[in-house]
Amino acid sequence: MSIFEYNGSAVVAMVGKNCFAIASDRRLGVNLQTIATDFQRIFKIHDKLYIGLSGLATDVQTLYQRLIFRHKLYQLREERDMKPQTFASLVSAILYEKRFGPYFCQPVIAGLGDDDVPFICTMDCIGAKELAKDFVVSGTASESLYGACESMYKPNMEPEELFETISQALLSSVDRDCLSGWGGHVLLVTSTEVQERTLKGRMD
Amino acid sequence: MHVIVEGDRERMARFAADAPTRGGFSFDLCQRNEMLLKKGTQLPTFRKTGTTIVGLVFEDGVILGADTRATEGPIVADKNCEKIHYMAPNIYCCGAGTAADTEAVTDMVSSQLQLHRYATGRESRVVTALTLLKSHLFSYQGHVSAALVLGGVDITGPHLHTVYPHGSTDTLPFATMGSGSLAAMAVFESKFREGLTRDEGIKLVSEAICSGIFNDLGSGSNVDVCVITRGQTEYLRNHQLPNPRTYVSSRGYNFLKGHTEVLSTKITPLKSKVEAPAEVDAMEE
Repeated sequence: MSIFEYNGSAVVAMVGKNCFAIASDRRLGVNLQTIATDFQRIFKIHDKLYIGLSGLATDVQTLYQRLIFRHKLYQLREERDMKPQTFASLVSAILYEKRFGPYFCQPVIAGLGDDDVPFICTMDCIGAKELAKDFVVSGTASESLYGACESMYKPNMEPEELFETISQALLSSVDRDCLSGWGGHVLLVTSTEVQERTLKGRMD
Repeated sequence: MHVIVEGDRERMARFAADAPTRGGFSFDLCQRNEMLLKKGTQLPTFRKTGTTIVGLVFEDGVILGADTRATEGPIVADKNCEKIHYMAPNIYCCGAGTAADTEAVTDMVSSQLQLHRYATGRESRVVTALTLLKSHLFSYQGHVSAALVLGGVDITGPHLHTVYPHGSTDTLPFATMGSGSLAAMAVFESKFREGLTRDEGIKLVSEAICSGIFNDLGSGSNVDVCVITRGQTEYLRNHQLPNPRTYVSSRGYNFLKGHTEVLSTKITPLKSKVEAPAEVDAMEE
């Protein structure tokens, strides 16, 4: 059994027209037993930058705390928020530092950069960046998410359509993965507002 | 003088562990991960570039080529990734192996070369890059698994090298690396000759990469090419696209608004940040 399958997770991010959405499942399990159904895997770095961390829950929370700490140091020194690209490099550096004893996390980073240009990116657990223009996925449901997103995604979606697409992609994927599911958590970010929604899903 | 009581020291040690480090690897989690391995869990697969990368020397320089597939086990993780890395304006480097390692090792050496150029005011030499790469890789005894094709043109002419994960190097007129290296080498061995023109060189490199794309399952998608001549570098990203998407529906899926069952919604309007006037920046200069 892979260590990623210990807790189970599904995280996905998609780009729309001047907006992006990032979504995750809500299950926390220990192997096949479900421990919690309101687990948080998507974290806010600042208003327009979010990170979703799939993988081992203990590392998810440790890594999140370290990232928040480093972002706060940056804010104090620079008196501004980090650009998504900069933050992605920071995450990559923090993960690669532990090349020979990694955090068991696969991050998904999504943010709005200068002029509200959306940015999404994912990494493996030792910080190999993958920049994508359309969508990125990670977690135990990543294989089915690749399939769902590959067929459901369309370029330049408006926020409402993007929400429906990412939600349907997430829900149909986690239904084919025992280790993730129990509803979803979707964040839809435009230049003017953040919409946070919880989705109803299968509870088996 | 500061008196450090025991509790303080502990707190300081903990703080130091969280503070930005000065580089080098951290082995903090090795013991824990070893324990998890012993309990029967498997380490996750790292993103690999199961790759075809090639390079050749032609009449006035060097041409590098790469496919654009990144894999995680049997899954295609990225269909159009960049494997030709920037080292210096006159030096580029193709990377195969663990994606994080090739990325990190080339980034590290390219910044060392930049600092060296600032210090010396001269164009970087390919041997400098080669020595920096091999000494890093050798010191990690093959655990940093980066297999590279390094090419560039400097004051002493065009150079092409291959670097193996253990730190050994070759100097060659034509080279291939990665899982598709045999497929690509078959093309080079039958068609390479000295003194190729630029167009002939690009054609041969593309053909070798295509051979990897179509005969090696670890390689796929598009062909990237980089042509380096004296005083000029041309990066031809996606020079050929032999595998375009054909299975997309022209209409795509349409979901009606309100189709997904939502339990709760929270909408937060964002306040726009106040921009600092330009004068402040001028004073800080």
